[in-house]
Amino acid sequence: MTHPLIAPSDDELAAELGELRTDAPSSLLPRTLVAVGLADAYTTMPSPIGPLYVAFNGLGVVAVETAPDGRAFERSHVARFGRPAYAVAALPEKLERAIARRLDGGRRVSIELDLRGRTGFERDVWTKALEIPRGEVRPYGWIAAEIGRPKAVRAVGTALGHNPVPLIVPCHRVVRSDGMIGQYSLGGPANKRTILEAEGLDPDELETLARAGIRYIGSDTTRIYCLPSCHAARRITGAHRVPFHSATDGERAGYRACRRCRPTGVSAAA
Amino acid sequence: MDEATLLAALSDDLDLAFEGLVRARQDRLYSIALRILGDPTEAEDAAQDAFIRAYRALGGWDAERIAALRLDAWLATIVVNVARTRARRRATTGGRASLTFLDELDHPSGTSAETPHGRLDRRQAIEAWANRLLALPERYRAPIVLRHVDGLGYDEIAIALERPEGTVKAQVHRGLALLRAALDAESRSDPSPSGTHPAAHLQEVLR
Repeated sequence: MTHPLIAPSDDELAAELGELRTDAPSSLLPRTLVAVGLADAYTTMPSPIGPLYVAFNGLGVVAVETAPDGRAFERSHVARFGRPAYAVAALPEKLERAIARRLDGGRRVSIELDLRGRTGFERDVWTKALEIPRGEVRPYGWIAAEIGRPKAVRAVGTALGHNPVPLIVPCHRVVRSDGMIGQYSLGGPANKRTILEAEGLDPDELETLARAGIRYIGSDTTRIYCLPSCHAARRITGAHRVPFHSATDGERAGYRACRRCRPTGVSAAA
Repeated sequence: MDEATLLAALSDDLDLAFEGLVRARQDRLYSIALRILGDPTEAEDAAQDAFIRAYRALGGWDAERIAALRLDAWLATIVVNVARTRARRRATTGGRASLTFLDELDHPSGTSAETPHGRLDRRQAIEAWANRLLALPERYRAPIVLRHVDGLGYDEIAIALERPEGTVKAQVHRGLALLRAALDAESRSDPSPSGTHPAAHLQEVLR
């Protein structure tokens, strides 16, 4: 016996065990606050207009934003949402996949959004914008008519301008009621054109029609009229394309509204 | 921060006070989880889960119910239950992907290579105690962790573990006796401190 050992007392054992108390890792606080939605995490994601900052928490995606750098994003984020934003290395894998699929045109992709504090009207507008297929656009008046508020065209424009998650909620697919591309909250109208082009649309062509006062395109074979960017309208070959200045013109000529892009109600509002 | 101050703040404005609660109790919940589970990543997940559950529960309660809470006993209940569930599931499922905070990468925790000898010895001693604790049967480990690592009172441990206070006292007593026996077995079989894993000795004692 080289080490005769006296059995430690309860107090001595307690003192040893007390040493087992340890500091929590510094990530525990931010990740906990992010999980319950009292703070947000952020990283960047690729987009047709370059890398965008995307903030999220346990409730869903909070914001998609342009910023010169991470620090600038953090500052504007806390001013806008009253919550800190912590930089993380990457989006959670599932969310990253869902966003990529949504931007790729997938319409049955579910992405949770943190829309606390937003009005029912705003949610209605953004939910409706989600129905617009990739590569197509709809006028503000279309959204207003579809959500049953045909006179609220201006309010629809405001709600779209306040969309906190552009691209994920495709407010870039909503254009002015006269058919011009119009404003865009995410860094200005040039970005809107770039994104629409990346989605396979020709903004110049749309604006040429708009300037000529053409709001609808009909097909003299099907006798159906559509919004100009409707997938169905774009398949009408040159000789069969019949331009209309208003829905009334179309109806008078014996055409019916397309059931896919639902152009009725738009002109009344616009 | 004491219970009364935290409870007053939580019942007044949960969203405003919750960060304060996490700051005030994160070391305790993490330590409890770590000493029950043994693995730092699992322990961090468990502590986070416990806080999330606490937040959700508090969100559904009125101010009166929050003010009447035995906060530390309640938090201990949650983290012990979460840790137990994780321990049971651990064998079958892998860990879930968690966010990597960049500030974390900038300042990695952990010790440098040039730790002074005294500190290294101390760390080894702590590690040995952690392993002795992990080798205890669960029914003794949780009460010992709550009593001697966290420092809860027996009345609080009784609430947290939903066992009579007398049972808890007896389990803590028995747990300490087992630790003492493990220590004794270690010193008998191997005089060098860097010898066999202490758990092996305790397993012998328990047989």
